[in-house]
Amino acid sequence: MPSVVSEDSKKVVMPAKLTPAQLAQLEALARSLDREQALWASGYFAGLAGMGTLAIAEPPHQGDAAPAATAVTILYGSETGNSAGLARDFASRLQASGINARAGDMDSYKVRALKDERVLLIITSTHGEGDPPQSALNFFEFIEGRKAPKLAGVQFSVLALGDSTYEKYCEAGKRLDRRLEELGATRLSPRVDCDVDYESPAAQWMETVLPLLPGEPAKTSQVAALSVVSPAAPAAVPFDKRNPFNAPVIENLVLTGRGSSKETRHVEFSLDGSGLTYEPGDALGLMPLNDTALVEAILEQTGLDGQTPVTHKKADMRLAAALASEFEIAAATPRFLESWATLSGAAELRRLLGAENQAERNAFLHHHHVIDIIRAFPVPGVKAADLLMGLRPLQPRLYSIASSLSAAPDEVHLTVSTVRYELHGEPRTGVASGHLAARAEPDSTMPVYVQPNPHFRLPADDVPIIMIGAGTGVAPYRAFLQEREARGATGKAWLFFGERNFRSDFLYQVEWQEHLHNGLLTRMDVAFSRDRSEKVYVQHRLREKAADLYAWLEEGAHLYVCGDAAQMAPDVHAALLAAIREQGHLGDEAAEDYLRNLQRGHRYQRDVY
Amino acid sequence: MSIELMKPPHAETDRSRDRSQPLSNLGPDETLKAGSNHLRGTIAEGLLDEITAGVAYSDQKLLKFHGTYQQDDRDVRDERRRQKLEPAHQFMVRVRLPGGVCTPAQWIKLDALARAYGGETLRLTTRQTFQFHWILKHNLKATIQGLHEALLDTVAACGDDTRGVMCAVNPGLSGLHAQIYDLARGASDHATWKSGAYHEIWYGEKKVASSQEEEEPFYGKTYMPRKFKIGFVIPPSNDIDVYAQDLGFIAIVHGQKLEGFNVVIGGSMGRTDGKPQTYPRLASLIGYVPLDKVTQTIDAVMSVQRDYGDRKDRAHARFKYTIDDKGLDWIKAEIETRLGFPLEPARDFVFDTNGDVLGWSESDGGLAQFTLFIENGRIASRPGNTLMDALLAIAKVHSGTFRLTPNQNLAIADVTREQRPVIQALLEQFGLANQGGASALRRNSMACVALPTCGLAMAESERYLPGLISKIETILARHNLIDEPITLRVTGCPNGCARPYNSEIGLTGRAVGKYNLYIGGGFHGQRLNKLYRENIGEAAILETLDGLFGRFAGERKPGEHFGDFVIRAGIVPEVIEGRHFND
Repeated sequence: MPSVVSEDSKKVVMPAKLTPAQLAQLEALARSLDREQALWASGYFAGLAGMGTLAIAEPPHQGDAAPAATAVTILYGSETGNSAGLARDFASRLQASGINARAGDMDSYKVRALKDERVLLIITSTHGEGDPPQSALNFFEFIEGRKAPKLAGVQFSVLALGDSTYEKYCEAGKRLDRRLEELGATRLSPRVDCDVDYESPAAQWMETVLPLLPGEPAKTSQVAALSVVSPAAPAAVPFDKRNPFNAPVIENLVLTGRGSSKETRHVEFSLDGSGLTYEPGDALGLMPLNDTALVEAILEQTGLDGQTPVTHKKADMRLAAALASEFEIAAATPRFLESWATLSGAAELRRLLGAENQAERNAFLHHHHVIDIIRAFPVPGVKAADLLMGLRPLQPRLYSIASSLSAAPDEVHLTVSTVRYELHGEPRTGVASGHLAARAEPDSTMPVYVQPNPHFRLPADDVPIIMIGAGTGVAPYRAFLQEREARGATGKAWLFFGERNFRSDFLYQVEWQEHLHNGLLTRMDVAFSRDRSEKVYVQHRLREKAADLYAWLEEGAHLYVCGDAAQMAPDVHAALLAAIREQGHLGDEAAEDYLRNLQRGHRYQRDVY
Repeated sequence: MSIELMKPPHAETDRSRDRSQPLSNLGPDETLKAGSNHLRGTIAEGLLDEITAGVAYSDQKLLKFHGTYQQDDRDVRDERRRQKLEPAHQFMVRVRLPGGVCTPAQWIKLDALARAYGGETLRLTTRQTFQFHWILKHNLKATIQGLHEALLDTVAACGDDTRGVMCAVNPGLSGLHAQIYDLARGASDHATWKSGAYHEIWYGEKKVASSQEEEEPFYGKTYMPRKFKIGFVIPPSNDIDVYAQDLGFIAIVHGQKLEGFNVVIGGSMGRTDGKPQTYPRLASLIGYVPLDKVTQTIDAVMSVQRDYGDRKDRAHARFKYTIDDKGLDWIKAEIETRLGFPLEPARDFVFDTNGDVLGWSESDGGLAQFTLFIENGRIASRPGNTLMDALLAIAKVHSGTFRLTPNQNLAIADVTREQRPVIQALLEQFGLANQGGASALRRNSMACVALPTCGLAMAESERYLPGLISKIETILARHNLIDEPITLRVTGCPNGCARPYNSEIGLTGRAVGKYNLYIGGGFHGQRLNKLYRENIGEAAILETLDGLFGRFAGERKPGEHFGDFVIRAGIVPEVIEGRHFND
């Protein structure tokens, strides 16, 4: 029996520290897990411990070394400092009466810890016409949004500050009071609304709340925290490329600001209930749907009825549906060219098929999509089955994942640049990015699966990392840093980022700023190519910082490159070689050996596309 | 006499909130200033930081002393927050232009800088200077160096020091103006801060070794408790709103000869909503000083505020509160102690206007000036708006000066007889020759900048006022009051940059679309107004004014101003002292 093992034993630690009830729960959970799920769960617990949220489940008798759980959290949203002042005063008063309390700004509060709170006291002012204070906007958006967790087991009370000359008096406080109840939290005492002379009602509220608070920490149920683990019932069949999971979109926003020459999106999917897990560095496979307008255009051009029954992969479906979800109908392939040449009998198409015309054929396909060929070489009365014969099955699209499960449990985030261009006077979009831009509203779903990428992995927590990314190539580094933050990793981190314009294209700018501020990111260098007359790219920054770069490599740093394969990756490679040559006083070959050695030691990893 | 004055003739006073206290007893800004190495902070490093278009919080505070505010485009603030982008930071840069006088060559440079870095717009402020907006961090140095080339700077244009010194425009009296303008300029040069920080950061000059005392002999390490505003006015025009200054000099002229100044102290507009202990206050008249004592008076008055001003609470740190806390007599006695002589009794003077004479007017000495009405002081080059281009064209041929008026208008001044047709032709070419177009209300209106650039704004102001006036004009016309001059001033927050609290109708923003309505101020700024309706929207504003104008039209005495009427009619009580503003 694990429970009899001495606490001194290094081998079996966990069970000995669990209560019998917890142990029973854990064993029940373990029985329901398959091997992959068990592995995931082990990582999950490790991550949880690293995040500090496990503190809530730590038994009270653990001794002085363990930090005591926070019994009462006072969150404030403050515009002028009144709420903040009240919160801090109350917190010190509670501490003086032996209650473990802390006051925190909604602005810097890690919202994911919300569900682990026991007593949550809210002090917030209202800004303008019923809005939250500026600094609390993110908190409000989270808690009022669809990502807000259930808060059963959380007790709360709200102190609302306001100005009764406004129509929506104390509205921000009222909103939170309402919303916390909706999320299942229990109201400890009724909300108190204060006018500009808030001091006395605020004091009254504190008097009311104080005796209702738990005198000692950790009296509430220890198992509550375990409920967060429940990753729904294990799926009967694991989701994968052949059996993708229909993931609901929970967020889809444009990251690039006004005036940008690009459109880059941040898209979040829920993996809740899928059992899907991933590691930072992995990719997500997406099964997009084709543009319905393009389906319509093809039907119209061929004169086919969308309702025509067709058989695909032994399943019966309608032609329109098959074109929308089963086939590549945008770019044309040589196979389509061949098929259409036969159907149309067009001499021009036949000629292009000749082996000697390969270059011309490639150029033609580059400039002619399926719809363009159908238009240029009509085949009156073509059969649905004949049309489909030339088409290739729709392929999933892979995107580097931009999130870490330890920061965003049950979610996966992507950074996607919308591909838009003109062809034959018509606007065209990429298949998947076009789908995400036009048809991936929140609450709609898309089939997804995880594509592991074992060649793009974080090193041990204390090893320095140098991350080089241009454009959406920065996505995996967001995952890396989220992961390192969750793990409390101590290794240095250096990010090189390049895009077109500082003001509009600095993807995830505020997140990097926060990481720099809290030290997770040691340094960051940026290159914006279109802000000044001379074009500057990441490789220029690498050259400028060659001395430090080389010093980091000599310290054992791991090097990552992500983004465009055609230009960025080779330019960066050349810049790295130059830096190594110059700083290591090495010849060409020695420098190449140096990089090759890094590669062999898995210290130079690339994810380029 | 001197022996008597060695001992202060007045009582001991509470020193628990002023600079005699250790920094730990004072507000955080005092520690910040004291530790800034005379306003250097980490500004130079912050300008090089490429991860943000802003600067550190402490440097934002210090940059104000250098004449620039970090702001952001508030129209896109919320959308950028969602986009995980920092606010669209940019900087407002305010020029130090004592008395509002600039040369055509300086105008051409200002125009070029505005076109290159400032979003093709310039703003004339209510304190007679230029503001650039939309300047990006990486263009700040180039902008300030460009100004330097035109012999202009931005020293102390904001911050806890003496702001731009104002001076009456008085185009009719060129000789007198020249004399008082020289005093205003001298006062600004004398009273601005002296630290080498400005030359080092903006012009790249090397730091010269010096002791702390040498670097800032008057201010020391913590400068003033808050901003300090100085202005010179020539009766009978109160164009500079002398009662809104911390220290105002009212010229006493005998014949054509300037003899000295009446001195007023403790004016200021700013207040905070929900803080009844804050209020606007008009300056108090304390006596007369002869012409040769102006600099000495500035030192005495400023040093009293420097030494006794509240440094614990910035909302209570302006000179007006020091005066009301200590008592006017006490402050006056302290000033006299520092002067070493008593102030003479105030001389007689009369104000009867505070507006500008638009169009052409003659001045003595055969020169003339053309004063242009510039709505809200906004000069821009936009499709359909050629004002900026017009003024550039004029600057290229003009040999006199430009004078910015405290009403945000512009005088093309010191025009010779020979030049007048040339200027006139350009005015006609750009459709500016006829200055009778705007209504009396519009000519007497002012708005602060507010949204989208000002960080303090709670409501629209500059973008809102022109349309609001059109609606009010309809109401005025209905009551046959369209030619009645009424002062109307709007600000986007309670801080009072457009001096709303001594206008006949004042609107201060509370939230988007919502304003406090004040009425009953003196037509030429001699009396504060009173809160009449709180936190109301446009429909209620118009309805309220409609009712008031109806009564005014029916019950007014001949020549009676609107502000005077609403008090005589008992619609609002008269505010006699600022500290009763909130009663």
